[in-house]
Amino acid sequence: MALLEVRDLTVVFERKGEQPFTAVDHVSFDVEPGQTVGLVGESGCGKSVTSLAVMGLLPRRGARIGGTVNYEGVNLLALSDREMRDRRGRDLGMVFQDPLSSLNPVIPIGVQVTEVLERHRDMPRKKAMVEAEDLLDKVGIPDPRRRLSEYPHQLSGGMRQRALIAIALACRPRLLIADEPTTALDVTIQAQILALLKELVQDMGTALVMITHDLGVVAGLCDEVNVLYGGRVVEKAQRHELFAQPRHPYTHGLLNSIPRLDAPRGEKLSPIRGSVADNIPWEQGCAFAPRCPNALDVCVQRTPEQEDVGGGRLLRCHNPVQPVVTEEVSV
Amino acid sequence: MVTPTRKKDRIDALAASSGESDAGVSLAASAWRTLRRSPVFLTGATIITLFVLISLLSPWLAPQDTAEPMLIDQVVKARNEIPPPQPGHLLGGDLQGRDFFSRLLVGSQQTLIVGVLATLIGLAGGLTLGTLAGALGGWVDTVVMRLVDVMLSLPSLLLAFSISAMFARPNQYTVIVAVAVVQIPVFARLLRGSMLAQRSSDHVLAATALGVKPGAIVFRHMLPNSLGPVIVQSTLVLATAIIDAAALSFLGLGNPDDRVPEWGQMLGDVQNVFDTHPQLAFWPAGCIIVVALGFTLMGETLREALDPKSRR
Amino acid sequence: MSADSTAAELVSVQGIKVHFPIRRGVVLDRTVGYVYAVDGVDLTVRRGETYGLVGESGCGKSTLGRAVLRLTEPTAGRVVFDGTDLSALKGEQLRSMRRRMQMVFQDPMSSLDPRQSVESILVEGLRAHGLDKSRESTAKRLRELLSAVGLPTTSLRKYPHEFSGGQRQRIGIARALSVEPDLIIADEPVSALDVSVQAQVVNLLEELQEQFGLTYLVIAHDLAVVRHISDRVGVMYLGGLVEEAGSDDLYAEPLHPYTRALLSAIPVPDPRVEDQRERILLTGDLPSPANPPNGCRFHTRCPWKQDTKCSTERPELREVLPGHRVACHWAEDIRSGRIRPHEVRAELVVEDGISPDVPLVGPASVTEVLNP
Repeated sequence: MALLEVRDLTVVFERKGEQPFTAVDHVSFDVEPGQTVGLVGESGCGKSVTSLAVMGLLPRRGARIGGTVNYEGVNLLALSDREMRDRRGRDLGMVFQDPLSSLNPVIPIGVQVTEVLERHRDMPRKKAMVEAEDLLDKVGIPDPRRRLSEYPHQLSGGMRQRALIAIALACRPRLLIADEPTTALDVTIQAQILALLKELVQDMGTALVMITHDLGVVAGLCDEVNVLYGGRVVEKAQRHELFAQPRHPYTHGLLNSIPRLDAPRGEKLSPIRGSVADNIPWEQGCAFAPRCPNALDVCVQRTPEQEDVGGGRLLRCHNPVQPVVTEEVSV
Repeated sequence: MVTPTRKKDRIDALAASSGESDAGVSLAASAWRTLRRSPVFLTGATIITLFVLISLLSPWLAPQDTAEPMLIDQVVKARNEIPPPQPGHLLGGDLQGRDFFSRLLVGSQQTLIVGVLATLIGLAGGLTLGTLAGALGGWVDTVVMRLVDVMLSLPSLLLAFSISAMFARPNQYTVIVAVAVVQIPVFARLLRGSMLAQRSSDHVLAATALGVKPGAIVFRHMLPNSLGPVIVQSTLVLATAIIDAAALSFLGLGNPDDRVPEWGQMLGDVQNVFDTHPQLAFWPAGCIIVVALGFTLMGETLREALDPKSRR
Repeated sequence: MSADSTAAELVSVQGIKVHFPIRRGVVLDRTVGYVYAVDGVDLTVRRGETYGLVGESGCGKSTLGRAVLRLTEPTAGRVVFDGTDLSALKGEQLRSMRRRMQMVFQDPMSSLDPRQSVESILVEGLRAHGLDKSRESTAKRLRELLSAVGLPTTSLRKYPHEFSGGQRQRIGIARALSVEPDLIIADEPVSALDVSVQAQVVNLLEELQEQFGLTYLVIAHDLAVVRHISDRVGVMYLGGLVEEAGSDDLYAEPLHPYTRALLSAIPVPDPRVEDQRERILLTGDLPSPANPPNGCRFHTRCPWKQDTKCSTERPELREVLPGHRVACHWAEDIRSGRIRPHEVRAELVVEDGISPDVPLVGPASVTEVLNP
């Protein structure tokens, strides 16, 4: 059994006097212990809402949540607020994009770490302080003892993100959800944080759900990748298969529109036309159809279903990109 | 396989149906859209509209002459009793035997004039000082802002009181000036703050980079984008101006001629008989509160609607 | 310098420094120090080329871009634009010079006045420089501009908030183009946009360059984007240029340790590449630009740091290979492999009394400097 099983997760935001908005639409994925699963997509694709729904962090009012989120066989969506609070931090850790706003600005870092230890692991104060120092050291914060008494604004962006990871890991959760953990950071700092996450997954066997818009980050980190568009998973594949052979026109288009450091210069990029504002509702067909170079008539008449196309790949497309036979052998 | 043109047409049509129209929607228009549906704004707007209509039409609406002590015999007879409500006199008479209801209606006129004029004068002064400080910066800014700080450090009513007391013969115009002067620092400070924020904003930088003349940058970009909070503030100031003016009249610093009624003055005239005739205080005080509330409701909802952060 | 090469130069930046004073005190402002945002940069941009300026936040690249246009007043040094010393220009002279050098901003929303319609945004530059000669010619010009950036003519009556991010950036580009400039400085032109839209804007910039013979100075943190679009690239670290080379050369043979680390840190969307890459992980953080290290600015984090020179002498930018300038004492030895990288212990970055609660007086870009 998978550690986390998300089945048909649907989140509909309702506001008085406005059309309900489906942010996440029947999203399903599994996370095995020690596995890293990526949720990739651009702004508005529903990746962050998915993570908030799994963590039980969406407001009860205004958001209608459907489907199931099973963690070790327990449906998290059916738990009470109180039960969910106990799980967060203990079983599920979360790291957010903006480390400054996710840390309490008026409480020293040390207290923010020990708080979690005292609450979830019933540690006495003294022992918690020692453990906190150890945690900060583990996430690569130099001079951890001094840092414990410092406030978030006294740390740099990279150090804050490390502190946040330390807090998320304090109870040795078996699942860590990271929502754009490096987007606010510089690329050299991003490399440090990604290396840290990779190490944690390998050493501690933590399962990781990585939410990002950056395909480069996914390529180096995730075992399995879910590409989201307009709230639905449009393509799901193992990392090597996905990048070697993107089948959904959206995935394909994304990969072709990114300038690559290792590609020869001078070639024009092939952008995806339009923007997410051009999407059509899924009920009318494929949301991506107005921007899709492969779109057919059927794409605006019938909603594409998710199909297993073999090799562990799921695809939601009427007219996918045909696989090209390459002479290169995938590693 | 279908022809690409047909496919494209269909998709374009679909995309267009979900998209917006071609006509531009300015910020003001989108704010108005929100306001139209806000019950709080509509309540405030209704109160203000009624108030303005009544004060404009009061000479015709008032059933009796406001200066004529037509019920004086009832006052005299009953020894300081006020004339009770009776046919033709909806709320009875006041201590001088004048028709109370008519005086209340006509009183709205003075209140409106004082409130609006005081706010406008205060606004004009505040805009000038705020623009100078915000646009020029440097020592001009320092001098203007220190002056403003000094004015703000005094309680506003005390300041207004001192200003009116400086005039040899206080009347409704000195009230207006006194209340207006008190509002100047509020506007100046507010405008200067948002001007400074505008000065370092990207679009002002963009205009500078484009080579737009400095004057045009101040008056076309910085000032219009800074006015939102000032306009909101002025509706709130209208409320305080009315209250301040009423307070000055109450203290006897208003128009000495009590034949022209004014709510604050009406309130002041009866301060010795509050315990025996509370209704004489209740009506003018109630009117002041309701009108001030109307302006406040309107101002607060305007502030919310014009806030770019609340727009999606 | 031959007359030929001077003619080829459009912009020459000579020893530019921008130091923002840090002021303290309630009644009397005291200057307690400086943020050395840009600390001595020399570079030239040739006519018709794209010069890319990369670096991480806090390296001073945006401030440098603004200083070149004199949107931020440089503390020292000069900028020569097509033979004219910009630092000598005053008021009206500078204003009319601005027609020839334009800017595209990072955030297309905040750089457009929300109260102006697209038409008013585009006409403004024409009016400022007396280019709106007649109604018909202006209308024709507006149509040309919109079609050049790929927006429908119906856009004219709309307001910025009615467009998507990519379309807004097109409006910003059209505004820059409206006055027919020679130079466009683009400060992070695509980083606020969605990935799929970034490529549209990158391609647009390239097409416009070809069509109008523009010269670009592109400032960005994304080396992949910069390399794609630029002919030559300059790498900045903590207020100074550490390396400058042709775009391909820089990628093929980065000589400065910082450039090497930067290149190795950029993720490539290809698992086969990612799995085999060796990363040079820098330890620690960017030192504060208010208190930059002595000697080489990078020595506190440099895996190639040597015991001599590095911490005492600030290296000059010098030509190590033809057209390839590096500010490193040991560039040749690193290149030949004589010096190997070693482990660096992370040093504590001491905040030096500048805490974010104390607002600094100075341009908005200071925030960029202080929040690495």
